[in-house]
Amino acid sequence: MVCKLKQFQFLIGALAVLIVVGCSSNDSTLEEVTEQYTPTPKPLTVPTILERLLPPPFIPADNPQTEEGIALGRKLFFDPILSGNNTQACASCHKPANAFTDNTRFSVGIDGLEGERNSMPIFNLAWNRDNHFFWDGRALSIEAQALEPVTNPVEMHNTWENVVGSLQDHSKYPELFNKAFGTKTITKELAAKAIAQFERTLISANSPFDKYLLGEGSLTQQELNGFDIFMDEARGDCFHCHGNENSPLWTDNIFHNNGLDAIITDKGLGNVTGDPNDDGLFKSPSLRNLAYTAPYMHDGRFATLDEVINHYSEGLVYSRTIDPLMKAVSRGGVHLSEADKADLKAFLLSLSDPSFLTNPNFQDPN
Amino acid sequence: MKINAILLLIMLVTIGCSTNDDPPAEVLGCMDANSLNYNSAANTDDGSCIYEKNATILFTQNWSGNPVAEADLNTTEFLNEAGNLIKISRLRYLISRIVLKKADGTTVNFDEYNLVDLSNVSSLTLSPANSIITGEYTGITFIYGFNEADNISGAYRDLNDADWNWPTNLGGGYHFMQMDGKFEDVAGISQPFNFHNGTARVSDGVFEQNFIAFNFDKNFTITDDATIEIKMDISEWFKNPVTWDLNDRSTNLMMNYGAQKDMQKNGGSVFSIGDISQ
Repeated sequence: MVCKLKQFQFLIGALAVLIVVGCSSNDSTLEEVTEQYTPTPKPLTVPTILERLLPPPFIPADNPQTEEGIALGRKLFFDPILSGNNTQACASCHKPANAFTDNTRFSVGIDGLEGERNSMPIFNLAWNRDNHFFWDGRALSIEAQALEPVTNPVEMHNTWENVVGSLQDHSKYPELFNKAFGTKTITKELAAKAIAQFERTLISANSPFDKYLLGEGSLTQQELNGFDIFMDEARGDCFHCHGNENSPLWTDNIFHNNGLDAIITDKGLGNVTGDPNDDGLFKSPSLRNLAYTAPYMHDGRFATLDEVINHYSEGLVYSRTIDPLMKAVSRGGVHLSEADKADLKAFLLSLSDPSFLTNPNFQDPN
Repeated sequence: MKINAILLLIMLVTIGCSTNDDPPAEVLGCMDANSLNYNSAANTDDGSCIYEKNATILFTQNWSGNPVAEADLNTTEFLNEAGNLIKISRLRYLISRIVLKKADGTTVNFDEYNLVDLSNVSSLTLSPANSIITGEYTGITFIYGFNEADNISGAYRDLNDADWNWPTNLGGGYHFMQMDGKFEDVAGISQPFNFHNGTARVSDGVFEQNFIAFNFDKNFTITDDATIEIKMDISEWFKNPVTWDLNDRSTNLMMNYGAQKDMQKNGGSVFSIGDISQ
């Protein structure tokens, strides 16, 4: 009996040891999984023309591109769950078919209210190294930019608290956040990071002009004439703000007053910096994909490219902060001939990239 | 025998000692193990030790001696030699091939070029990768813009990104300077000026180099990490030898051969070497 008891005690003891060992090794496995989990890195694929001529894309150290992060960001970008009444997604005003803008002057938010500025197209943002986003540059990262439309009362008119709640209660999102960031606890910061990752993949560099530069295609004589006008300081002089064949973003990504109004009503950058010398300054948009991004200017005032060209040719208006590069303002502009205008327009359209609109990786996954 | 052996040992030791006592030959050299030219055999330090130090190039701007900085952009009025009242909105310029000349005939070459942008404080200093060697120096040379070999269209990604390119039909490569601003014309009306400089176009397809190679004689001694100031007197662009009246030439200057060459002439007195602090 005594002996049996001892044996029993021994068995209990051995079992306890086994359990402890089992538990502890189980624990360490779990810990390892948590510590070692990293989503799959997915660096941007940089098109040849951008790789050859520009510095590498800027990726913030705290938000590396990953397969799972991009997939989550894409799903969020197209999901109306972000808006106050589940009717609008980012993609409502940033449609793939319009190079991620829309075709209205002012986009209409969930309450039927119009904004005051034209929706900006989205592409090649990872090369915007100054990191000033929006027409007035008020957001200092893509991540910061992505937070704003959700809560803007004339846009998606929601609260992030509400969005995070909806996402957390969703049947799929917690697991998608877990895969992207290693946590099922959703925050607005993680949502913005995922959206920013997706937006950085929106790269456009496959226009006829790109192919011409790569020796893979040719341009018409009219398009080539138009490029000469673009590069001619006495005619178009577009290149000082809008790039050139060796600066293929086709924007300087900085801020200018381009002579739209005698009286500045929208201060633009001046509202952000508080510096009256910045009043009426707006970010130069890229000239890529103009074929799909009408209307034009920060307030979408020009419905057609002809109107834009006419503005620079004879419509310039003086105001105190006008950029000195708008040099012919005293004559209203550079007064291009009709033939020059037509050639310039043909060149500008050669910067549009139809493959960008239909890239399957950029479409609604939902 | 044993005694003899002991004596011999004593003698040997004694001889050895007396040899040791002879004054050693003097070996001159640098005795600091932290120096570049440490001589472990040296027993007399001859003051020849040399060290690697870091150089910083500081680019400053002034108008006839009055400092000009970002806060002056669009704000401060300057009167140029021709009597034009001007405000500057943007000032960017390129400096390359900075070389420090040593007294022994060798040089310290910095490989970096620097695009100075008055509105970007970090562009006002350059920290070259190459270090400098302590010792006597006799001069500093640099290129305003790019020399012909360096001025290659599209070759520099950061300059492409800065939209700094000079049009191909004007000779290509890069701008050397962009100074944009406004001046009051003879009628007192605000007019723009675009004082842009780069390769000069003589005629279609014929171009002339337009950079400026500066060679300043200056004796200085480097003993420590040093900051070397390169100064730009902006007023000189409008002054010497060509008095530049913006009423005559303010815009469309890039393709204007005479304007490009006059800028180059005036550029000769724009730059100088300022303080060398360490």
